Amino acid sequence: MTPTDPKRPLQLNDQGQLRHFLSLDGLPRELLTEILDTADSFLEVGARAVKKVPLLRGKTVCNVFFENSTRTRTTFELAAQRLSADVITLNVSTSSTSKGETLFDTLRNLEAMAADMFVVRHADSGAAHYIAEHVSPEVAVINGGDGRHAHPTQGMLDMLTIRRHKGGFENLSVAIVGDILHSRVARSNMIALKTLGCRDIRVIGPKTLLPVGVEQYGVTVYTDLAKGLKDVDVVIMLRLQRERMQGGLLPSEGEFYRLFGLTTQRLALAKPDAIVMHPGPINRGVEIESAVADGAQSVILNQVTYGIAVRMAVLSMAMSGQAAQRQIEQESFQ
Amino acid sequence: MTVSIIGARLIDPVSGLDQLTDLHLENGKVLAIGAAPVGFTAAQHIDAQGLIAAPGLVDLNVSLREPGYSRKGTIATETRAAAAGGVTSLCCPPLTRPILDTSAVAELILDRAREAGHCKVFPVGALSKGLEGEQLAELVALRDVGCVAFGNGLNSFNNTRTLCRALEYAATFDLTVVFNSQDRDLAAGGLAHEGPIASFLGLAGVPETAETVALARDLLLVEQSGVRAHFSQLTTARGAEMIAQAQARGLPVTADVALYQLILTDEALTGFSSLYHVLPPLRTAKDRDGLRAAVKAGVIQAISSHHQPHERDAKQAPFGATEPGISSVELLLPLALTLVEEGVVDLPTLLARLTTGPAQALRLPAGELKVGGPADVVLFDLNATTLAGEHWHSRGQNSPFMSHCLPGAVRYTLVDGKVSHRA
Repeated sequence: MTPTDPKRPLQLNDQGQLRHFLSLDGLPRELLTEILDTADSFLEVGARAVKKVPLLRGKTVCNVFFENSTRTRTTFELAAQRLSADVITLNVSTSSTSKGETLFDTLRNLEAMAADMFVVRHADSGAAHYIAEHVSPEVAVINGGDGRHAHPTQGMLDMLTIRRHKGGFENLSVAIVGDILHSRVARSNMIALKTLGCRDIRVIGPKTLLPVGVEQYGVTVYTDLAKGLKDVDVVIMLRLQRERMQGGLLPSEGEFYRLFGLTTQRLALAKPDAIVMHPGPINRGVEIESAVADGAQSVILNQVTYGIAVRMAVLSMAMSGQAAQRQIEQESFQ
Repeated sequence: MTVSIIGARLIDPVSGLDQLTDLHLENGKVLAIGAAPVGFTAAQHIDAQGLIAAPGLVDLNVSLREPGYSRKGTIATETRAAAAGGVTSLCCPPLTRPILDTSAVAELILDRAREAGHCKVFPVGALSKGLEGEQLAELVALRDVGCVAFGNGLNSFNNTRTLCRALEYAATFDLTVVFNSQDRDLAAGGLAHEGPIASFLGLAGVPETAETVALARDLLLVEQSGVRAHFSQLTTARGAEMIAQAQARGLPVTADVALYQLILTDEALTGFSSLYHVLPPLRTAKDRDGLRAAVKAGVIQAISSHHQPHERDAKQAPFGATEPGISSVELLLPLALTLVEEGVVDLPTLLARLTTGPAQALRLPAGELKVGGPADVVLFDLNATTLAGEHWHSRGQNSPFMSHCLPGAVRYTLVDGKVSHRA
């Protein structure tokens, strides 16, 4: 095994290409743009009659979901299938761990099945990093969401959505609304927007749902939805989990909707051509009004389509980054 | 058994002695400092030229893990590790299984420690039965078998009235209570200091107020009850300030800090290494600096290892699913010497915080070198280095300092005049 250089980011190979996809933190703008460009080209694949390309033929992609998911899991499966990979999906939340197997042992077993890539979702922040550090070096790890920390493919599909509808990032005002504190989507979006040059990123929510020090992401904090939405180009709504009513974070869903729910009336404060996004699943009448979710400005379903393309991009880039790394190591060994 | 230690630079923080001299030990006591008494010939001579001789270190918090958690450590392995770190006297917290709330458990620990013979062990008993904070443990019975103080670990009392009574009861018998002040509700579920770094990593936070809110309450209750109190494991600059204010208004409270809190900050968590998972958590650089200043000023008079050895599996999981703690006693002296190297404190002050400071806080018969006193000595070479992990006695390998090159090297540790560690 080659010793890892502590200064080299875990998710990049020696040439700065992606070999794991764990977090958007530390990834340069060029790399994010490359992901978006690659995803754009894959969008055409999805529109064809035969929706497959052979990039991952003969490779095994293993979706390991320690946390429930429908959308992310399905779109990862579709993405891998469209790249011609063999795909297996494990809902570990309902199998091994309930028998007392540790995360470490589950992964060792999957490795023994010669999987080339793991897509992992786990409830603990840092789980994807932990896995990337402990799997054998030729396996690529893709973070499908870890705790509150990161959901980088969601972040990138949101960026693709914005770029396709707004053309770029630099002159946009983007508002992220709702439960920022518990949201890995919000964290990944804030990092991506900043890296891609967005200068006006706003987060809107009550103090109980804003993480301490959220300003570090280069965002402006608003606690008043009306002020925060003024003249924005993009509104990203976040899902509000039911359990947030416990422990004093919020009094009720009703009060949250009254203060932070996106209604037609409030959306009118944004620019007339503003788009409305949501990572799903949406809570109608809790964070968003049906008329907005289903309205002309909503791009929520486009996000799902783009999600497949972005995941295809990330899977193929990480796999080729891994292959390149193997080659570099072999050459330096000879 | 007689030993002469020849030519050491002897530093004793109590007497203020700092000179090149000889030290003669007989029957477990210091017989003479300087010239050997007429007619005295030691059975063993230690050539200590180039070495510093100081009182053996006193560590107020070393989890020995026995009984109950011997996969993490045993009394034999952890006291051996302590000797390698220069420690001659240590206190073990009541977090055993069963909890150290009966004389039987205390006697078991003391018996095994004596049998191992590496270190003097002074147990801290549970303040409440099962550490549940509801019923008092038999404090006097525990004292009579050798418990030097009583604490409830990080398990705070549910009922403030009960805590208040526990303090009054302890005060009746002049017992010392050790507080690990942490508000249970504010700390619940937390993994890291509540601040930008925890937010960025998506780790649930333990706010500064988890410590300060509990500390404010505890200080007021100490004042009211008049109990002898020691505050252990401070992590915040604000907490240290509150201790200083209490001391300034005449409250005779003492405090200690975990050595790693004087070195590490929450910035270490970037990368999610579970080796940095400790509770209470690593705080900010500002807190570290505040704690350092409090150590220098003597507000915090003791530096302890807060040693928590773990088996490998306990740290083999994503950050939040791992057990908190650092295996740290084995590196106590060399790691502490980094504070001298960095100019945080001078050597005599550091030694005071590692010897007489902790000994006085819990009234232990240790921490100074004087004629007639216990022959507990550490000899170390300030100019050598220690490669952490090159030799390792603790069962817990969970140290983020592994393979670091640290200043100074412990050469001999003597307990009651007998060599318990030699490198």
